Formats: sequence, C-alpha cells, structure tokens
Amino acid sequence: MTDEQIRDEIQRAISEERVMLFMKGTPDMPRCGFSARVAQILNATGVDYAAMDILPDPRIREQLSGLSGWPTIPQLFVKGELVGGCDIVTEMFESGELSETLGVEQPARAEPAVQQTPAQAPPLQIE
Amino acid sequence: MPTTDEVKERIERALPGAKASVTDLTGGGDHLRAEVVYDGFAGLSRIEQHRLVYDIFNGEIGGAIHALSLKTSFEAPEGET
Repeated sequence: MTDEQIRDEIQRAISEERVMLFMKGTPDMPRCGFSARVAQILNATGVDYAAMDILPDPRIREQLSGLSGWPTIPQLFVKGELVGGCDIVTEMFESGELSETLGVEQPARAEPAVQQTPAQAPPLQIE
Repeated sequence: MPTTDEVKERIERALPGAKASVTDLTGGGDHLRAEVVYDGFAGLSRIEQHRLVYDIFNGEIGGAIHALSLKTSFEAPEGET
C-alpha cells in the first residue's frame, strides 16, 4: 500500500463511519491503556462504532496525525470531526456531554451532568 | 527527555499568564500529566485548548514524551460560576 492509499482509507473511515475510533489494538484486545479506556467508554454508552488498529503499519499513525493535526492515539471522530483523545473523551463522558455528542441516551446509571462521577462505570477506574 | 519542571516552564512561557502543574504519572519520565489553567482557553473547544498545549511540544509527543495527559481550564469571569 502506498502512503496515499493509507491516507485515503483513513479519510474514508472518518467520513463514512458516524463514530470512528483509531486505537492501538482492537476494542476486544486493546494494546494501550488509553485506547482501552476510550473503547470501554464507548461500550458503556452503547453506541455503534467502528475501530481501526493503527499498530500494524507505522504509516497509519503518521497519516492519521497528518490529517487530524492531533499527535496522540487514540483519536475519536464523530460525524467526521475529531472529538478528542482519552483525556477529552473521559471528561466528556463524566460530564454527560459525550452521549449528547454521540446522539445516544446517557446510560441509565449515570447521574445528571451537575453531579461528580458517582459509582458508575467501575471498569474505568482500574488504574 | 524533558523533566516535569521543563514542561511546566515551557507551557507557562508559551501561554502568558498560564499556570501549569505537571506530574510524572509513572516515575519513568515519559508519561506526564499537565493541568493547565489559562485565560486564553476561554471560548475555545476542548480540542482547541489541548491543541494549544500540544503545539508547544510539536513533534516531541509520541517521541521523547511518550504521552502527555492534559486537563485544561480557565478561571470563570466574575459573576459566573
């Protein structure tokens, strides 16, 4: 594959997938704690999403960061726009903004945005 | 590999008036976390706020700095909470 083909494939994924996660590893087998956390958060929201593993070829990451202007992995895109990496997605999940951005109902066990993260989402607290 | 103090100084130098606190998450010097309070973040999206900080370390994140975790905020103006 040429660099251009890789870039086209990334661009296609960003524009065609409503919720697109670029990560290290896969949602089932993440290869980095930051990627694992974002995949877990998306799973908790119940949204349908597509994921691409950037590890198989170092050029995937180069091309992705070139397109997005964002240096780190993971990167979450919704409707073609970069939402953020692990820090931003975590903050948005805790405040309830993420469900809004994703267009899904906030998980029932989550409290309204004014409250600090209660006991929900225990999988995210393994650190 | 820049130290936490160097990272703090570089953020505060690049963003005038910003206050940064930088910690080393793992003790290995390559997974850093910075909490940055900067008035210039007001009105920017989170992505834009983080980009302002990432841009200071252009090319070093993913390299010498394996990971820089960020939390950005700004002081709410008088009268707002």
